[in-house]
Amino acid sequence: MNLLVCISKTPDTTSKISFKSDATEYNSDGVTFIMNPYDEWYALVKAIELVEQNGGNVTVINVGPASNDIIIRKALAIGANDAIRVDLENGDAFAIASNIAAHAKSKSYDAIFTGKETIDYNGSEVGAMIAELLDLPYVSYANDLTTSGNISKITREIEGGMEICEVEGPFVLSAAKGLAEQRIPNMKGIMMAKSKPLNVVAATGDALRVKTEKFIVPPGKTGVKLIDPENMDELVRLLHEESKVI
Amino acid sequence: MSVLVYIESPKGHIKKTGNEVAYYGAKVAESLGTNCIAVVIGKADNVGNLGKYGVSKVLHVNADQEIEFDSQVFTSVITQVASENGANTVILANTANGKSLTGRLAIKMNAGNVSGVNSLPDTSNGFVVSKSVYSGKAVANYNITTSNKVISLMGNTLQIQEVGQAVSPENITVALPATKLKVIERKTSEGIVPLPEAELVVSAGRGMKGPENWGIIEELASALGATTACSRPVADAHWRPHHEHVGQTGVAIRPNLYIAAGISGAIQHLAGVNNSKVIVVINKDPEAPFFKAADYGVVGDLFDVVPKLTAAIKKYKQA
Ligand SMILES: Cc1cc2nc3c(=O)[nH]c(=O)nc-3n(C[C@H](O)[C@H](O)[C@H](O)COP(=O)(O)OP(=O)(O)OC[C@H]3O[C@@H](n4cnc5c(N)ncnc54)[C@H](O)[C@@H]3O)c2cc1C
Repeated sequence: MNLLVCISKTPDTTSKISFKSDATEYNSDGVTFIMNPYDEWYALVKAIELVEQNGGNVTVINVGPASNDIIIRKALAIGANDAIRVDLENGDAFAIASNIAAHAKSKSYDAIFTGKETIDYNGSEVGAMIAELLDLPYVSYANDLTTSGNISKITREIEGGMEICEVEGPFVLSAAKGLAEQRIPNMKGIMMAKSKPLNVVAATGDALRVKTEKFIVPPGKTGVKLIDPENMDELVRLLHEESKVI
Repeated sequence: MSVLVYIESPKGHIKKTGNEVAYYGAKVAESLGTNCIAVVIGKADNVGNLGKYGVSKVLHVNADQEIEFDSQVFTSVITQVASENGANTVILANTANGKSLTGRLAIKMNAGNVSGVNSLPDTSNGFVVSKSVYSGKAVANYNITTSNKVISLMGNTLQIQEVGQAVSPENITVALPATKLKVIERKTSEGIVPLPEAELVVSAGRGMKGPENWGIIEELASALGATTACSRPVADAHWRPHHEHVGQTGVAIRPNLYIAAGISGAIQHLAGVNNSKVIVVINKDPEAPFFKAADYGVVGDLFDVVPKLTAAIKKYKQA
């Protein structure tokens, strides 16, 4: 199986959030970046598992600047065979998806995996875009996948439950919790990653379609109103009269 | 150019999320000085009721046919309907299916798109929509600069109101492209409002000690008519089903009321719930970080407080 896994870089959730350039840009000074957990824990590990079982190759792809090489090396250390970085400083979902699709078009991947969303923007867009650009079926929020020949059986999360579908031929999926178990890179993996191929290719230019006007940090809650645990009638009264939610 | 709203009809019924998209779409159309058309795909009942939420026309595609969701097929149908009806803005719900469609539609329509929008657009200078980013720690305002636009709407963004009359739907037939995807089985919990749609949510965490104690949470939820949720370690330990897990790695919700019992309020938990309108925290530790994100707090033992709250709710409902 030839699999392509799309990985991205996000700030660690516990990082402080601030903005610069007139509140139009995220301020990354002093921020720790990580591989997006859905890409790393589920998409990447599932692809590695499939190749371990069936043979083949896992390629990871990232669209981003040279500073992203660190997360790409991590993906190689976890077990991807080779990597591609499309050199682009600032891309929106469309630019990222276009560049990945441009790469994948000439290769014959059996499947392309993304994480279900990035934990910073929660866009959940790139996978669907790649699928449309390549005219492939797309299954979002997949938490189980088995393949047999040309048919893949995929379970996906839907509101209040799940759906099992069968896909014929190549497809794109976005990975959710449950698809695989996180793997920690070991020493051998880290050593081997250093000599695995990481090819840097130029981006195809496309104008951004969405412009960031401004980031706003909303004021926090003004302070909690504490209610006497013996007086739940008071809490109910406040929920009804003051905040009008019941 | 019209606004087109795609309305989901799971198992043949339009739900609250669908009405919300209709209402939102009609508001967007109003601010652009145009009309809003709704499209429903496959067998569904009472589709004309969407008129009540402000859409001027309802197009019902292949009304006699049961059509399983396939993003490829639905993208093709929606874009065809959009172009035949002169619509350049497509709005849909940010649901599981919506997430499979938004990106595809944007590609097929050459549109700029933003998913998970949580406000009406500001059309005074472009088309600026906002969404919550960075685990709910910031709001981003985006200007979609292309003439075609696709946006998906977060649940519970607006309080919907009936503003019009039901309309008679127009049945249309669209040839469906061949599908490479077959849905073979679906399992959903019946009778409960799914979390992303729920207005009232009662959630509990590790402070519950074990799955056998959840009776008090279920009683509170049923007294309120609320949906139950849980923190991640609770789902990981299989105390509760995985679909109840809220937070950064679970479902992100924005109900009107979120009651959290025995949950510490870690940043990853808050990421999925801090857009709730009102948060009530019940925790025996006065230093629990969740109190900083709460509107109302009760410092006490949940095994004592939760039943008392349930009793107070029942008393209020009877009055
Ligand atoms: C990458 C990553 C992603 C994560 N994603 C999520 C996520 O999506 N959702 C999520 O929830 N977590 C997530 N977590 C885990 C998160 O960091 C916390 O560990 C988790 O939320 C804690 O769950 P809890 O509050 O139920 O348990 P605890 O932190 O153990 O808190 C239990 C609370 O119950 C209180 N308590 C105990 N007994 C009682 C009693 N009798 N009465 C009243 N109060 C009592 C305690 O004071 C305590 O505050 C993630 C972590 C990581 C690293």
